[in-house]
Amino acid sequence: MPKLIELADGGARWAEDAFVNVTDEDAIPETGDVILSLARFEAEGDALLSSNSRRVGVRIESNEEIEVLAYDLPRIAVVALAFPKYRDGRAYTSARLLRERFKYEGQIRAVGDVLQEQAGFMVRCGFDAFEPNDGATPEAWTKAASRFRHVYQRAADERVVAFEERGN
Amino acid sequence: MYQYDLIDKEFLVDRSNEFRGQVARRLAGELTEDQFKPLRLMNGLYLQLHAYMLRIAVPYGSLNPTQMRRLAEIARDYDKGYGHFTTRQNIQFNWIKLRDAPDILDKLAEVDLHAIQTSGNCIRNTTSDPYAGATAEEIDDPRVWSEVIRQWSTLHPEFSFLPRKFKIAITASAKDRTAAKVHDIGLLLRQGRDGSHGFEVIVGGGQGRTPYVGPTIKEFLPTDRLLSYLEAILRVYNRHGRRDNIYKARIKILVAALGAEEFARQVEEEWEKIDAARADLPAGELGRIRAAFATTPFETLPVRSEAFETAKANDSAFARFVRNNVRAHKQPGYAIVEVSLKAQEQTPGDASAEQMEVVADLAERYGFNDVRVTHAQNLVLPHVKLDDLPTVFAALQASGLATPNIDLISDIIACPGLDYCALANARAIPIAQDIARQFADPDRAEEVGELKIKISGCINACGHHHVAHIGVLGVDKKGEEFYQLSLGGSGAEDASIGKILGPALPADRVASAVDQLVGAYLNVRADGERFLDTYRRVGLEPFKEAVYAQAD
Repeated sequence: MPKLIELADGGARWAEDAFVNVTDEDAIPETGDVILSLARFEAEGDALLSSNSRRVGVRIESNEEIEVLAYDLPRIAVVALAFPKYRDGRAYTSARLLRERFKYEGQIRAVGDVLQEQAGFMVRCGFDAFEPNDGATPEAWTKAASRFRHVYQRAADERVVAFEERGN
Repeated sequence: MYQYDLIDKEFLVDRSNEFRGQVARRLAGELTEDQFKPLRLMNGLYLQLHAYMLRIAVPYGSLNPTQMRRLAEIARDYDKGYGHFTTRQNIQFNWIKLRDAPDILDKLAEVDLHAIQTSGNCIRNTTSDPYAGATAEEIDDPRVWSEVIRQWSTLHPEFSFLPRKFKIAITASAKDRTAAKVHDIGLLLRQGRDGSHGFEVIVGGGQGRTPYVGPTIKEFLPTDRLLSYLEAILRVYNRHGRRDNIYKARIKILVAALGAEEFARQVEEEWEKIDAARADLPAGELGRIRAAFATTPFETLPVRSEAFETAKANDSAFARFVRNNVRAHKQPGYAIVEVSLKAQEQTPGDASAEQMEVVADLAERYGFNDVRVTHAQNLVLPHVKLDDLPTVFAALQASGLATPNIDLISDIIACPGLDYCALANARAIPIAQDIARQFADPDRAEEVGELKIKISGCINACGHHHVAHIGVLGVDKKGEEFYQLSLGGSGAEDASIGKILGPALPADRVASAVDQLVGAYLNVRADGERFLDTYRRVGLEPFKEAVYAQAD
């Protein structure tokens, strides 16, 4: 299992991953927090959530649209957005829409082909947890995410944009 | 022109430091070539046939003399003494060593230059009219909007891993010098009946294997809504563009598959959901950028310059240069000067370090520190006093930069071809040189008039052969270089895709075939018709016959 990095206090740190990633072939464990595929969530999510004893996350593949989760978002603890390849940039849009359009406040986790070179983009789009695929440490992650002192456009984060720094 | 402030400068320093770290990790073996490839590509560093090629961004084709001299220095110190200006107004160096790349980027950053987003599946350098701020034709200065897009698109967190590369061109003149209609997005600035400004938005034009003239998806986008609308287009593309096949991944394929109307509807639907107050540029920042471009301190001069008129009357070479390379300026007493990089035997678009320095000096002394790179791979001094034109001409001529052939038959666009490029099937540069030699007589070239020849060494169409009046495409025929001719394309305001003339020809037949095409044109042209106009009137047949009849 890859280790999990979470954003906290302006940096990144190792985090205990309370969630079990349940594949479509696995049985759902009796207890504990789980991350399910979208199909599995649509079939079994309601029952799991109403049992109320555990948290549920959903894994969204890059060809799936997060709009389908709109109603359920307040009850979903984690949205794991998959990068099948680092070059597949669809999850950046999904993350921004979750944060900016749907005001989602739970965890947005980057899974799959997740590399430290993408850290800056991911953090700006609203990701706050990462399962790096390149052995990146939290130190490397923090460094990569904060390489640029300035940003030129608004995104899902709170960074002050260049034109705001200029007083415009 | 726009001056980088501390924020812009620090951004480039941060970028340069990031890349230095990445190269160090690669050289130390911490990164494999596979892992390093996307990182170097994000900094414009390609691996070509013989060496690394570094592509440096020239935002909207605008350079100052300090930057031009630095490019000359890089050409001399790190390359073989020359650089290559591209159809997207950038410059490429073809003989770069990996270990030098971080030093080069540092030297570029010192003069506000960089290689950000000159490759990779991201928003590339926004190109614009090289006559911006100088031509009376324009309804506004398109550099203002180009700079707005430069900043907005720089390391855009959502749009840096698109299905494929993404190119935007902006023009504000009726005459299009940017090939806007064959870009992923072409923005044509229009004036509304009430005097307000808006963009006609064209999406999904392109060349390559499947050339399209892009359809208009919005007739009039109020200029202050530009960024939110671009965000909507890019978001629809990022989500729905194909990622399964590199040849079907450009936005043109998505637009063609959905149909322009449905694509426009999806963009509109997304646009309505975007929070405009957050997405569009604040008026204050737009004002700051606009003010930066309105500072050329023109003098009040008479329309007529005696020095200019006298030189024109006494020096036929100067008069020819004026006819072909000098264009009207909006300011009385000034002119726009095209500096040709298409001399006989020259590689189209190449400039030596010495030539770059000559142009830098002239811009400094006679041209308000302003140099432009054109889509046609030439340079422009956009603001030269008529009084100074004879002096400027003499200096250009002494450096081989005054070839009087702008828009004429030897003003050829050519890709680097098999001489440099790993993708090419055939050479492009020697074909361009053959054709230029065939039409070396400047009287004849002027007699033929505007004729745009463009040569690509393979189907990727970097030489824009689809939108040439006469297009030349290199193909591989059983290991031999052959060339397919096409007629009737245009990348300008009257954009169209050329039609294939007939079977491909061997290399040594191309220049003579072009000669035959020109002969056929001269036989049937009506008064004032360009080659393209005649072709559009009479069709392919007379031309086909001129080239293939004798062979049958």
